[in-house]
Amino acid sequence: MSFINYSSREINCKIVYYGPGLCGKTTNLHYIYNKTSPQAKGKMISLATETERTLFFDFLPLQLGEIRGFKTRFHLYTVPGQVFYDASRKLILKGVDGIVFVADSQRARMEANEESIFNLADNLKEQCYDIAKIPMVLQYNKRDLPMAAPAEELTRRLNTRQWPEFMATATNGFGVFDTLKEIAKLVLQELKKGTR
Amino acid sequence: MSSQMVMYDEEFRHIETVCERLARDSVARAVFLIDKNGQLIVAAGQSANFDTTSLASLVAGEIAATGGLAQLMGEREFSTLFHEGDRDNLHISVVASRAILVVIFDKRTSLGLVRLRVKKGAEELETIFQALVERTAKEGAQTPFAELTDEDIDNLFSV
Repeated sequence: MSFINYSSREINCKIVYYGPGLCGKTTNLHYIYNKTSPQAKGKMISLATETERTLFFDFLPLQLGEIRGFKTRFHLYTVPGQVFYDASRKLILKGVDGIVFVADSQRARMEANEESIFNLADNLKEQCYDIAKIPMVLQYNKRDLPMAAPAEELTRRLNTRQWPEFMATATNGFGVFDTLKEIAKLVLQELKKGTR
Repeated sequence: MSSQMVMYDEEFRHIETVCERLARDSVARAVFLIDKNGQLIVAAGQSANFDTTSLASLVAGEIAATGGLAQLMGEREFSTLFHEGDRDNLHISVVASRAILVVIFDKRTSLGLVRLRVKKGAEELETIFQALVERTAKEGAQTPFAELTDEDIDNLFSV
């Protein structure tokens, strides 16, 4: 649920990075944080376990620039990927405006990707969102790994609704900003549609 | 899908007035009103001393987690939280079902006074939010984003 503040002339939107455990959601946010100028970002918060697995969420506030005299602020969140943190994932999806689904390209993780995307659909449905309607992009991460499945296979198994898709290697930044730009565009386009 | 939240200048000023009065009357260090999704609406008192963006996101996460706990226990919600520190204390309460009122206070005041003033402030905020919801329903179609072009969006990324 975007928040338009006429008084401070700001639009605030919430983007959630979703996906199975260890797919690279937090790595995406770290890369964005490290490559963004200090004026455009706030402090990154990671609520993680001692072994740096996401426990509740990571949070990164970004300011992209002005549009029609309004500052655009995007709040990026990740969810914990492990199956047993489902209650936390549901909470973080509340009020979401757009989703980046980060899939792990390794063949061995294909079922985990599928399970996570079904879980996303269920959790969205619980909050009265429809996965077919909410702005969403797919990112096929870890393209650098030797066991990465061909892009066509990932598309066939995961991209059932023709979402925009991006190849990525979040550790070196390949595809990270392309993914972010696309989801930000889709969210803003939705905002425009919603006000018609 | 939940409805979009829009804040107009007039309601914003009203909310600001209520929060500033609450900060003054409860002798608090700072008062924040936060959207349940973690976006700051209004800051009053000595708010410049705090990282308000982080604070808003963490408080919203905490309220969401507490709401989850409430559901597990068959409660509608736990509407108030209190954190006691060595120096500062936090009083957090849900207002009008969609916003969170945070009061940060130290030993110059008491929890009793804060609770009393929060209750009064929350009632006023509820009235303002009710008016805001009605106004948004009426005026929602007249926002500048109806005129948004693809070029506007592209320009955002060309900087």
